[in-house]
Amino acid sequence: MNITSPLSAPSHQYPDALGRFGNYGGKYVPETLMPALTELEEAYYRYRAESSFQEELAGLLKDYVGRSSPLYFAERLSAHYARPDGTYPLIYLKREDLNHTGAHKINNALGQVLLAKRMGKKRIIAETGAGQHGVATATVCARFGLECIIYMGVQDMERQKLNVFRMNLLGARVQPVTAGTGTLKDATSEAIRDWVTNVETTHYILGSVAGPHPYPMMVRDFHRVIGQETRQQALKKWGGLPDILLACVGGGSNAMGLFYDFIDEPAVRLIGIEAAGESIVSGKHAATLTMGKPGVLHGAMSYLLQDKEGQVTEAHSISAGLDYPGVGPEHSYLKDAGRAEYYSVTDQEAITALQRLSQLEGIIPALETAHAFAYLETLCPQLKNGERIVINCSGRGDKDVQTVAKYLQMEI
Amino acid sequence: MNAVAACFNALRQRGECALIPFLTAGDPDLATTAEALRILDRAGADLIELGVPYSDPLADGPVIQAAATRALQKGVKLDDVLAIVREVHQDIAAPIILFTYYNPIFYQGVEVFLDKIKAAGVKGLVVPDLPLEESDRLLEATAERGLELILLVAPTSSPERQTAIAKKSQGFVYLVSVTGVTGVRTEVGSRVEALLAGMRQVTDKPIGVGFGISQPEQAEQVKAWGADAVIVGSAMVKRLAEGTPTEGLQALETFCRELKTAIS
Repeated sequence: MNITSPLSAPSHQYPDALGRFGNYGGKYVPETLMPALTELEEAYYRYRAESSFQEELAGLLKDYVGRSSPLYFAERLSAHYARPDGTYPLIYLKREDLNHTGAHKINNALGQVLLAKRMGKKRIIAETGAGQHGVATATVCARFGLECIIYMGVQDMERQKLNVFRMNLLGARVQPVTAGTGTLKDATSEAIRDWVTNVETTHYILGSVAGPHPYPMMVRDFHRVIGQETRQQALKKWGGLPDILLACVGGGSNAMGLFYDFIDEPAVRLIGIEAAGESIVSGKHAATLTMGKPGVLHGAMSYLLQDKEGQVTEAHSISAGLDYPGVGPEHSYLKDAGRAEYYSVTDQEAITALQRLSQLEGIIPALETAHAFAYLETLCPQLKNGERIVINCSGRGDKDVQTVAKYLQMEI
Repeated sequence: MNAVAACFNALRQRGECALIPFLTAGDPDLATTAEALRILDRAGADLIELGVPYSDPLADGPVIQAAATRALQKGVKLDDVLAIVREVHQDIAAPIILFTYYNPIFYQGVEVFLDKIKAAGVKGLVVPDLPLEESDRLLEATAERGLELILLVAPTSSPERQTAIAKKSQGFVYLVSVTGVTGVRTEVGSRVEALLAGMRQVTDKPIGVGFGISQPEQAEQVKAWGADAVIVGSAMVKRLAEGTPTEGLQALETFCRELKTAIS
């Protein structure tokens, strides 16, 4: 199959010139960063239009990342949801876990490093939660010979030790962040502080569809290839579109990448799954769209977990990649517009789903990804026979085996 | 004329450079903050910036981050901070400027928030994560209430942005001396001199220089380069936090007097 150009001009009208998706998005950052955001936005528009950039990106996505990623029919998982009358929905997996580095994150890291190179930036910084974006960034920095510093919360460094080691192997420096709960929010704040300080020499490869404009747009566009391939593969496999797209949402990059090309297809349901942690009622969760209120975090207006003083509260999830009190502004917009639906599943449900997919399909998904699979338990009984679900299988679970073992009170 | 602008007007007539100390409210405790405001006022502060502790202080370095975290852990809330302002502001000459991130303002609602701080006796406002493009609504609302929203210019701001920001800024213009977060630095960047000269070409509003100024010699240097005000934050917060509150207050007073002497 041919790879379509991942960065043709988007048909969707958002964001506007100020980087807003309706009321959400924008640029809430210290003045020091404003010129850098303008520089980045201009560079992005300029290089996106250049065929040499497009060709280099498409070539690397194919030969280095291994795209296109397969759209795989999960036969036994589908049959697992068979009803007594033998009918069941058809579940397809968009195999982003098969990308180089094991997750969708590399699509964006690669696009941004090509931009950074053209902008003459020699130093790259990034934040990471689960370590997948950190590994992807360290990987592309190694590939292009750039200095790489990854900010990671100390709690996440503990629960994602394997990825810390991978980043070190790739030549990146992992900078521990002790502030707050030592998770993704704190790592992001620290990366932004680094950028404020070193803005003239440094490019910040933000890893989700979050942060100030142009990041939510740019990161979405670099992941848009997920949805574009899905559309082509679906047409080829069954001659139509999927009925439902399903993805986990932390910041929301894998979901935006899958959803974006289907926003203007009202027949396609878009469903995002957040982390309910221990449970919604326990208060220990990361279900920002379900339980949050609009606010400003890390440069963007979006739904946010916060207290009655407008202080950002701590998120909780077994999955480091979803353990974030904010969410990308375009998801907030899609929620309010009623275009996408957002639900949440608990740590326990995610673990069970991870075990189920492993045993039924021989695919160990990342804990983040397992949240999307867990929602099948609720969704499938509501569907008609033969309805087609595409799940973004956004990452593989090798990095999570220790966390899973600990949760199951098993020793490795 | 509103309070902050009037304060600078009087200083300018006397040919003086203003000293603006910064404190994180509620660190080490609320009573000490109240006492510190009185002490700074009598030790030479012309205006005082009072920081509202916030969970995610993106523009702040380690010293002020740590102070905010300590204050939040003690349960300090905006109403507690405003109670101090209400208690102290009539006893002191220096107008109080509130330093707060945008989310707590947005969460309460811009109008509600401003009415509240005005009633408490706050005169000005600095919001470090609200750049010019997002400031219109707040600028209008402060102007309607006789409050002043002080906007920030950075070393990276183009001459066009400097002009646009200076034009909209109320009270004075806050010139950030370094690309970076707040915090103690050993040297003030030499580009501040050129930045100040450039700013003079585009505005006749007072210009205050802050971020990274921690020693009397640096304050003197910034004054010599033509600043209308010197803003000192982390070095103040650090002194107040060291030792017992009594020791901290003594150190704060000594330091404030040293700075004032340096720019007098």
